[in-house]
Amino acid sequence: MAAAPAIELSGIQKSFGNVHAVRGVSLAIAKGAITGIVGENGAGKSTLMSILYGLYRADAGEVRIDGQPVRMESPHDAIAHGIGMVHQHFMLVDTFTVLENLVLGAEGGPLLAGGLAAARAELERLAREYGLSVDPDARIADLSVGEQQRVEILKVLFRGARILILDEPSAVLTPQETDRLFRILATLKERGVTIVLITHKLREIMAATDHVYVMRQGQIVADRRTAETNPEELAELMVGRKVRLQLDKIAATSGEVLLAAEKLSLVDHRGVRLLDNVDLEVRAGEIVGIAGVSGNGQSELLQILSGIRRPTSGRLTVRGRLIDAHHPTDPAEMRALGLAHVPEDRLRQGMVAAFQASETAILGYQAEPPFCRNYLLDGPAVGRHCATLMDRFDVRPRAPALRSSNFSGGNQQKLVLAREMAREPKVLLVGQPTRGVDIGAIEFIHRELVKSRDNGCAVLVVSVELDEILSLADRILVMFAGRIMGEVPAGRADERTLGLMMAGAHPAPSAVEGA
Amino acid sequence: MSTRRPLPAWAEIAVLPLVNIALAFLTIGIIVRIIGVDPLHALKLLVVGAIGSSESIGYTLYYTTNFIFTGLAVAVAFHAGLFNIGGEGQAYIGGLGCGLAILALDRFLPAPLMIPVAILAAALFGAAWAAVPAWLQAWRGSHIVITTIMFNFLAAALMVYLMVNVLIAPGSMTPQSRNFAASGKLPSMHDTLAAIGIQVAPSALNLSIVLAVLCCIGVWVFLWHTPWGYALRTMGHNPEAAVYAGTNLRHMTVLAMCISGGLAGFVGVNELMGVHHRIVLDFPAGYGFAGIAVALMGRSHPVGIVLAALLFGALQQGGAELAFEIPTITREMVVVIQGLIILFSGALANMPRPWLQLFLSSPRSGEVPAQRAEGS
Amino acid sequence: MDDLLSLVFLTLAATLRVATPLVLCAMGGLFSEKSGIIDVGLEGKMLMAAFFAAATSAVTGSAWAGVAAAIIAAEVMALLHGFACITHRGNQVVSGIAINIIAAGLTVVWGTAWFNRGGQTPPLVGDQRLLPLLLPNAGDNILVYAALLSVPLTWWIVERTRFGLRLRAVGEMPLAVDTAGISVPWLRYRAVLLCGLFTGLAGAYLSIAQNAGFSRDMTAGQGFIALAAIIFGKWRPFPTFGACLIFGLLDAIAIRLQGVRVPGVGEVPVQLIQALPYLLTVFLLAGFIGRAVAPRAAGVPYEKEH
Repeated sequence: MAAAPAIELSGIQKSFGNVHAVRGVSLAIAKGAITGIVGENGAGKSTLMSILYGLYRADAGEVRIDGQPVRMESPHDAIAHGIGMVHQHFMLVDTFTVLENLVLGAEGGPLLAGGLAAARAELERLAREYGLSVDPDARIADLSVGEQQRVEILKVLFRGARILILDEPSAVLTPQETDRLFRILATLKERGVTIVLITHKLREIMAATDHVYVMRQGQIVADRRTAETNPEELAELMVGRKVRLQLDKIAATSGEVLLAAEKLSLVDHRGVRLLDNVDLEVRAGEIVGIAGVSGNGQSELLQILSGIRRPTSGRLTVRGRLIDAHHPTDPAEMRALGLAHVPEDRLRQGMVAAFQASETAILGYQAEPPFCRNYLLDGPAVGRHCATLMDRFDVRPRAPALRSSNFSGGNQQKLVLAREMAREPKVLLVGQPTRGVDIGAIEFIHRELVKSRDNGCAVLVVSVELDEILSLADRILVMFAGRIMGEVPAGRADERTLGLMMAGAHPAPSAVEGA
Repeated sequence: MSTRRPLPAWAEIAVLPLVNIALAFLTIGIIVRIIGVDPLHALKLLVVGAIGSSESIGYTLYYTTNFIFTGLAVAVAFHAGLFNIGGEGQAYIGGLGCGLAILALDRFLPAPLMIPVAILAAALFGAAWAAVPAWLQAWRGSHIVITTIMFNFLAAALMVYLMVNVLIAPGSMTPQSRNFAASGKLPSMHDTLAAIGIQVAPSALNLSIVLAVLCCIGVWVFLWHTPWGYALRTMGHNPEAAVYAGTNLRHMTVLAMCISGGLAGFVGVNELMGVHHRIVLDFPAGYGFAGIAVALMGRSHPVGIVLAALLFGALQQGGAELAFEIPTITREMVVVIQGLIILFSGALANMPRPWLQLFLSSPRSGEVPAQRAEGS
Repeated sequence: MDDLLSLVFLTLAATLRVATPLVLCAMGGLFSEKSGIIDVGLEGKMLMAAFFAAATSAVTGSAWAGVAAAIIAAEVMALLHGFACITHRGNQVVSGIAINIIAAGLTVVWGTAWFNRGGQTPPLVGDQRLLPLLLPNAGDNILVYAALLSVPLTWWIVERTRFGLRLRAVGEMPLAVDTAGISVPWLRYRAVLLCGLFTGLAGAYLSIAQNAGFSRDMTAGQGFIALAAIIFGKWRPFPTFGACLIFGLLDAIAIRLQGVRVPGVGEVPVQLIQALPYLLTVFLLAGFIGRAVAPRAAGVPYEKEH
């Protein structure tokens, strides 16, 4: 007789307002194995797991643990059934010590003293057994991201969880830290823990899981034994059709240097060096791609290049205008110089969710003609401008008066891109051009970027998607820990070399020029 | 967001605020009942007291003027994402500025010059009193809510000191300044109307209400039809986007608070230049706090603020009449209503939403994105 | 020498008398703020409690009934605050202001309707008040001792108990508390109720211990001074207590200095001394004297689904 699966979901449904996030999902998670759930951003993976963990309530469907139907009303129920979750964003109290975080919710009595002592002993045991060592008295805020994740895992184990769910655990980790995490997961599996790994990275699915479910648009579209599938098949299943990674483009004909950075450094208020002597050049008519694991200084670099943030030291030249500590700049001046910036996170930076689309379509250009005449905004002109942008970039629905937040991610991104490209900038900075954007829009956006390159624009693309960098860029720079690790011409780049550089290893000289 | 399905735009703008006010009035009805008065009888007296005669209408509009100023003040700050609780102190100091200008110049300047100068002084002083908390938030990181609260107390202490020790009229026993000369008095509405042949009963209503209407139009144009208003609203909704768009948040914070404080300072114009004709103590009398209620009820839009201010003005005037007619009821009943309106249209604004959703959003209308198409 | 000693003693006693409602109120506010619920409505809760303490005591003749009524009144306001901020995720500052305004109006409305003394309650005599326990002239009634005791008690609860750990966590990161299987609303409601208890005692002290009856607006900004003390004490019980004592001392000095010419300085404006707590708080918040960091989640309603 086969043992009942650790978890069985059947017919799970969940809607948020008009968005149908999870539509009738059924799956079974085998005991003592590592099961992957893979899918694009927004495929419904995290929502599904939040339902399993009792954070959201399903609109319909059933959850069975060890064959028994259970009600998941709150995380309390999930914990009681032996489920533990390591969230993408850590659920740790920054001002608390590791030990305090560990016991939160499992204090072992109304007074703290006894519980803390017992937890300390248990922590030592767990550290020995699973190789998860952390200083129990360190404050969370002082720990590295990898260490914080270990605390999260310890928290789950401390509560005696037999089922461990990890939501995009590698999003914040370097490849080395990720490898270490996978070793820990393997140890846990040996000790009989059931593990669910949610990710959109195929490499991790192939490396770590025994079985994989593929989600697309809120549904399970396939399940495979990992040994019997390959990344190409999974990628196809994830996006629903053949991915065309190769972009048709002619060779770049680069001209004069329009954007140059020399020895840019940025040190934050805690003294952490976020950028370390960054040098780069972008010429007219080329696309320079910056690859790297998220959080290695790319965001800060974009902020400095676009005038939002001032570097601690170093200088910047934009179309001949020198910018350094004595000659600061601001985003408005950068725009006037012909630099446009599509920010990494459109919802946080690039638009105002509560504004009408037409208002979002002039963000940053509101004080310029034809939108502003005699110190007054020209409403009809703003509306017409938005309609023109929507036509050109195929933004749907074509409704300038609709609230910006009511557009899909892809259409929001197209609107922001349209706004920035409308003025035919000479320098274009693009952060994560296709984050949370559907496949159709990705191709469109990529073509538009190449088009503006062909028109002589100097384009700098920052992306954490290596495929995107490989297909778009003419030259590739890799960032790690705030430094440019080296430069690779697109023709000679391959994932392995870039992956090593992203992890901080210096590349073989033959693969690199300049550096 | 399954629990927060949006209401149709018309319900959001019209029905929800009305339900909130209805709840406040229901509660006040219960309170009136508890002290042994028939609520409907009280309501009738209140309405008659507020709009029963041309005199009472005059007073209602005079109170309305103050509520428009402080309501706009709070609203401008709201749009910038700032919570200005300091309207009370800004009104106080604005009045001080107005009064000082008049005391200094009323013997030299004729009314056509004196009045604009005094109005400007009120705005500048009010703005300055708001600029300090704004500066402290923008440059030093202290929270504007707490600082503006503290500045209300500081304004009160400063005014008491000045009135008792410095500005008190020679020989006066009460802490008030000398009377303004004729050029420092804002013409009353009944005199102005009489000059063009319209006779109305005398009341405290004066030309400040014209200033209030101009402020409404000015705020509307500024917020929705100038690039600075656009930048201010961007900052209120999404500060990061405002930085991205090239707005200096520090400067914008100070600008928004200065406009807010200046508007609150106009209470001093209505009260001192329009009615008391000298500097007195305690003239802001809660208008600054009531401005929060007005802004919340009026959805921070000038049209809504005018409507809310009219209601508050009527309550203020009607409440005074009510207290006169029924001895067990005091004027503070109006304060309670103000508090309840802040509670129901502010802190508990979302409470009736689920009930309304039951009635108003049929599954069909809820599914159509165009239902949400109306922008703010 | 004797004179100086008795002056010191009298000033200390006066400081403690003035500081008692501040301390009680601040400890209450501390629980609320630690849990992430900003409370600018301390003033209103205290005022409501003061009114009901005096009113009940006047009617029943029992000071203890007055204390009980004060606690109930403050708890009702605290629950209202909780209902608005926790259940309906309303703006905490708006709710607090509403409570202040409602209390300021309602106490006068009810006071006038019930006692017909222009908003005052009848003067309290004998057992209608809480009387000094040990030292006849020092005004050391039971609530003064309660205030002194409330400080170590608050510290112990916050730092040494399970409830305290969760309280601190929910004010910093409610999501961590929720995912640990603990109810965020229930935790915050308990914090708000504790706040009601303490502000109730503070109000009772004002009207039936320190004074002999309720008069309109008798809190006179003390709720805000308590709030300032919490900020000044950086949300920690003992430093907050210290701030209350300093503010109490300032008040005692202000009363003593009224109309007195200080050699070399001249007459110190009483208003300046009274304004000092506010002024100092502004300076502190601006980072000119140290830094005050509020609980990170303070003022942010907890949205479970988003």
